[in-house]
Amino acid sequence: QDLSLPNGTPVDTSSPASSSSLLNRLQLDDDLDVETRDLFVTVDDPKKHVCTMETYITYRVTTKTTRAEFDLPEYSVRRRYQDFDWLRNKLEESQPTHLIPPLPEKFVVKGVVDRFSEEFVETRRKALDKFLKRITDHPVLSFNEHFSIFLTAKDLNAYKKQGMALLSKMGESVKYVTGGYKLRSRPLEFAAIGDYLDTFSLKLGTIDRIAQRIIKEQLEYLVELREYGPVYSTWGGLEVELSEPLEGVSACIGNCCTALEELSEDMTEDFLPVLREYILYAESMKNVLKKRDQVQAEYEAKLEAVALKREDRPKVPTDVEKCQDRVECFNADLKADMERWQNNKRQDFRQLLMGMADKNIQYYEKVCVA
Amino acid sequence: MEDCLAKKMEITVSEAEKRTGRNAMNIQETYTAYLIETRAVESQSEGQCAPVESLWRRYSEFELLRNYLSVTYPHIVVPPLPEKRADFVWHKLSADNMDPDFVERRRIGLENFLLRVASHPVLCQDKIFYAFLMQEGGWKEMVNETGFQLKADSRLKALNATFRVKNPDKRFTELKHYSDELQSVISHLLRVRARVADRLYGVYKVHGNYGRVFSEWSAIEKEMGDGLQSAGHHMDVYAASIDDILEEEEHYADQLKEYLFYAEALRAVCRKHELMQYDLEMAAQDLTSKKQQCEELATGTVRTFSLKGMTSKLFGQETPEQREAKIKILEEQIQEGEEQLKSKNLEGRDFVKSAWADIERFKEQKNHDLKEALISYAVMQISMCKKGIQVWTNAKECFSKM
Repeated sequence: QDLSLPNGTPVDTSSPASSSSLLNRLQLDDDLDVETRDLFVTVDDPKKHVCTMETYITYRVTTKTTRAEFDLPEYSVRRRYQDFDWLRNKLEESQPTHLIPPLPEKFVVKGVVDRFSEEFVETRRKALDKFLKRITDHPVLSFNEHFSIFLTAKDLNAYKKQGMALLSKMGESVKYVTGGYKLRSRPLEFAAIGDYLDTFSLKLGTIDRIAQRIIKEQLEYLVELREYGPVYSTWGGLEVELSEPLEGVSACIGNCCTALEELSEDMTEDFLPVLREYILYAESMKNVLKKRDQVQAEYEAKLEAVALKREDRPKVPTDVEKCQDRVECFNADLKADMERWQNNKRQDFRQLLMGMADKNIQYYEKVCVA
Repeated sequence: MEDCLAKKMEITVSEAEKRTGRNAMNIQETYTAYLIETRAVESQSEGQCAPVESLWRRYSEFELLRNYLSVTYPHIVVPPLPEKRADFVWHKLSADNMDPDFVERRRIGLENFLLRVASHPVLCQDKIFYAFLMQEGGWKEMVNETGFQLKADSRLKALNATFRVKNPDKRFTELKHYSDELQSVISHLLRVRARVADRLYGVYKVHGNYGRVFSEWSAIEKEMGDGLQSAGHHMDVYAASIDDILEEEEHYADQLKEYLFYAEALRAVCRKHELMQYDLEMAAQDLTSKKQQCEELATGTVRTFSLKGMTSKLFGQETPEQREAKIKILEEQIQEGEEQLKSKNLEGRDFVKSAWADIERFKEQKNHDLKEALISYAVMQISMCKKGIQVWTNAKECFSKM
């Protein structure tokens, strides 16, 4: 395997996230079937916990693996949303050059949504399951230390407290150091990605609104249908010969109501959350792009500084090189991630919209039969 | 039974035209005139087509015709006219009488009315009806000359009879209840249907927005672009399809409306019976009291308290001659009364018999028509669903190619 970067600079192999090995692994990944995967994670079995201070839900996270990094082939732990949130933050900190999948929304307006309703818990469970599966599929993120701990540790809280002080300081410093530099020129492809993401979120937002509006209209239609059916029944009671057909119509309308209800439910539970998830995804991707910009800016500033000084300080070039390194890393990682993301997204939407079409088809078929 | 007119003649209301003219109060007005075309069916041998006769009539003339028929044949359930003003509208339908869709539906309703009258065994033989179809000028005068307005029962009289009648035929009472409830249930149905149509329209139209947004989205995508674009097109098709669907449903609504108005015709027959029965009862009562009076005068006993009795007690009795005269008059009146009662009884019985025969005919017609209407409604719904399946299957295919 060729471990050098495209521009010939030897790679600092102390960092596990070297881009070319990444790219190679990527290519392998694309050919991977489900059978050759070595890590499987599922989220299920939500349970409610009532404590004196608060009530919350935990989910069971089950892991099956053949990877050497893991001591056991199987793990089963309980995690709550907080833990997922912690994991995500850790991943963002430790892999700032990668696109981290989004989590379902953290805050829900109390009173509007019931946090403990079956539908809400189920929607959240699905989203959390997807979150972990995406990480599992990622060639770099799935090997992240925090991820492994998340999957295996019996007492996550203890570990959290341990790592908190150290890592948070480091994380902060990374942020502040790269702030305050102005970007000279953004490579076209990243500008294009930025524009794309902007338009993409916009369009998804519109689709979300349209879908919600449709659901609302369908529900209002349902209300009227519910009144419509029984009138035929009343009429049927009035007639002699016509009572059978009239009752028949009434029953049919009743069936239509049920089918329509199911359609709306399915749309709310399956379609809308995925849209929202991708919007969140786009948001976090834009943040990563910003960070990338900053890293590049820093690199360029330092380069300039060196050119001005014309000194042969061994430190600076290394510094500059390190920056360049990071930039290249960043760029490559991003590109790779974007490609995966696009692929996945395409498949997700394909499934999603096909699902929507399917549901509508089912609805109509049910109505036909009625 | 003679063949009814409908079998001998093709009748159509083929066109509608906007006209302006001056009305009775010399005020300029716009109205719609309808072209009635008739053609004899018999002479279609050897490929020869009979000539088409035609004339123009406006809605008010149809009304006049119907009023005439209702008064002249009170024992018949006279077919109703299509509504005068647009009722049970939902937001897209206009309530304007001049709206072309409304005019078109009215044209169909008027044709239906003429066909119903022409296929009725009794009504089709009416001369005024025939003249309505064939004679453009002077028809109004002809109708008025029949003096039918004089025969019409006053509303007040009818109302009075309804409240006071003691022994109406039970079947008519039941029929009246039935028509009340029928009217109520059909109008409820039509109201809700209008709301349902409104909502359904909304659902379909919002899907059109998908078309636009998919198109915009496809512009920024590479592999997904084509799929999104074509799916968007199908969404547009879906949104547009609702217009035709709902137009077809209006015909169904019109069929229901006809029977809604028929309920009023049924009630009219019941009212006539009540009126006749009441008349009968009053005549009988009158006769009884006259007989009694006669008896009292003859025997000189006052059985019931009466003002006459009192005054005669107070102011002295009549002379025997006066009494004789009175008795004679009363006896004449009683004779008349008995004959009248006999004929009224006969009339009443005839009315009940013929009315009931027509009602049975009507019931069969109603059951047949409504069954067909319901079936065609179901067929409409199925076809709507099939279209929906088609569109979404197409969309699904587009998505699968993404």
